[in-house]
Amino acid sequence: MEPFKKQTGIVTLLDLPNVDTDQIIPKQFLKRIERTGFGQFLFYDWRFIDGKKPNPDFEMNADRYRGATILATRANFGCGSSREHAPWALLDYGFRCLIAPSFADIFHNNCFKNGILPVKLSESQVETIFERVRKTPGYRLTVDLEKKKIVSDDGLDFTFELDEFRRHGLLGGLDDIGLTLQYENKILAYEANHREISPAPPGQTSI
Amino acid sequence: MKPKTMFEKIWEAHVVHEEAGQPSLLYIDRHLVHEVTSPQAFEGLRLTGRRVRRPELTFATMDHNVPTTNRKIPIQDAVSAKQIETLVQNCSEFGVALFDLDSPDQGIVHVIGPELGLTLPGQTLVCGDSHTSTHGAFGALAFGIGTSEVEHVLATQCLLQDKPKTFWIEVNGRRPYGVEAKDIILSIIGRIGTDGGTGSVIEYAGETIRRLSMEERMTVCNMSIEAGARAGMIAPDEKTFDYLRGRRYAPDDFDAAVERWRKLPTDVGSRFDRVLRVDAASLAPQITWGTNPGQVVAVDVCVPNPSDFSDPNARKSAERALDYMGLKAGTAMTEIPIDRVFIGSCTNARIEDLQRVARFVKGKRVALKVYAMIVPGSQQVKKQAENEGLDRIFKEAGFDWRESGCSMCLGMNPDILKPGERCASTSNRNFEGRQGKGGRTHLVSPIMAAAAAVEGRFADVRKYGRKGA
Ligand code: SF4
Repeated sequence: MEPFKKQTGIVTLLDLPNVDTDQIIPKQFLKRIERTGFGQFLFYDWRFIDGKKPNPDFEMNADRYRGATILATRANFGCGSSREHAPWALLDYGFRCLIAPSFADIFHNNCFKNGILPVKLSESQVETIFERVRKTPGYRLTVDLEKKKIVSDDGLDFTFELDEFRRHGLLGGLDDIGLTLQYENKILAYEANHREISPAPPGQTSI
Repeated sequence: MKPKTMFEKIWEAHVVHEEAGQPSLLYIDRHLVHEVTSPQAFEGLRLTGRRVRRPELTFATMDHNVPTTNRKIPIQDAVSAKQIETLVQNCSEFGVALFDLDSPDQGIVHVIGPELGLTLPGQTLVCGDSHTSTHGAFGALAFGIGTSEVEHVLATQCLLQDKPKTFWIEVNGRRPYGVEAKDIILSIIGRIGTDGGTGSVIEYAGETIRRLSMEERMTVCNMSIEAGARAGMIAPDEKTFDYLRGRRYAPDDFDAAVERWRKLPTDVGSRFDRVLRVDAASLAPQITWGTNPGQVVAVDVCVPNPSDFSDPNARKSAERALDYMGLKAGTAMTEIPIDRVFIGSCTNARIEDLQRVARFVKGKRVALKVYAMIVPGSQQVKKQAENEGLDRIFKEAGFDWRESGCSMCLGMNPDILKPGERCASTSNRNFEGRQGKGGRTHLVSPIMAAAAAVEGRFADVRKYGRKGA
């Protein structure tokens, strides 16, 4: 996983609350068995008319947002299905940072596993970003995970919260499985002491 | 001793490692796997040379992507076929038990877990699927995870988790005729919103919940995720134990297990972060009108007007939803005609759901212009329904009777709506395009779906009374 330290990039907008993962990546694209190649299908039913022509009414399609790496959106982003194909598609399309007043739980977790930083700001802070992005084509933000800050050339300066564990993991691009395996002795001890809670079901042989 | 909630008891019994400022490392007792969210996880194991730590606690099936027509014909869609074949290979390579397409135990993962006795009280259970909350009906801590977490559990049998908040929802009062478990949970989601449970584990309690059958409890817990909750759970009781006794993977020393399970329910005097009380006696059958499960009303009212919403985001959502759904504010819900009916999904495709539908449609006919299908949740459900002759009642009434799977709940297989088609569906998500691009989904209970099939438009099932149904 690619570490996330500091990113400066164009901000694009998705002005809807409760965007569900079915919209982020529709089900017909979940049949692939790879983690890559989902970006072309991101927001598929909104981005394209008849699956081919870019939809001019979809804000993100405007030229001014080309090359955006930061997505600002509304509350409860990523609700619904647990499909990790959603963060895979966002990442593959080029987004490294998402800004919203709130995120759905499973989606929020999934982002960190893929080097995407979801930043929670207040409704009014998000509104400020929306206003500035709409006013200035090519509007850029710098997201600094070391300092937990979002700043811009025109003086915007927001601080955000993130727990240390996740911040540390993203900064280092750390692999959770590797971290957990450091506790192998504790896992073994747990398994030895909790046989009645987690026995192998009848017919299954324990290792 | 400080009184504890059921959630706290299960959580504490599963902590492998804890450190301030870090998520807890939790042990996982059961891991259910399906074809759509697992290939990348198994591939990750291969790339790092890791194995499945406890294959005997891991069980797989194929449900999302499978055709529900004749199973003897090879799968037409090459990409679907490859995904299914990949699961077969992964399970054999890593030693995981698989309920394959031709297994008599195949079915939707959240239907077969309880059916086989894989889901047990007091357990931690995960699956790469958000409706894993279903299994909480047994007093388990069950939640959905992403594919990276699937890989993590495969490799370590553990999961890193932040401790969620607790949310007590107490439902009391006698349900009127026509008000089903589905209506209870839809009305709760309507009240607290699709993010009302974010960061929380909900415990459903109260006399109304106690009176629900195990299958009805699963319907309630299933849709916890639609309120944004991490998990939903219901304390185990005699009904739970009776349901599980004798199931294939239930513990051999069942009575000893029951003694342990009796200690699980929340202690009197426990504290919850949030509490909500619901009066079941005042509920009516529910129908969603919009494009998220929180956009729901009682059957006897009209499509709401966006200007009724004071919150600007809710207003904007409502406008967009009405446009997508092709509905006008002020239309009575019972005046909305439908094209399709889907009875199925991990929410409402168990045997009791089908029995209720059969009782209702016996001797009635599906309206001429409606295409209605019933997709049993598992092969076991299908077999039992056929043994009871339900399939004949359905076919005589004009329903299509299918093989088990997720089917049109998400339309990954060929079962999809055409653009503009309107569907009464017993599934759990009415998102834009969920059942097919441009398709319009209204979530309802099984008998509301059956009544809509018969009348060709939404109907208030209460008018059929106890005798008519
Ligand atoms: S039936 Fe629907 S909600 Fe349930 S597991 Fe299948 S796709 Fe998901």
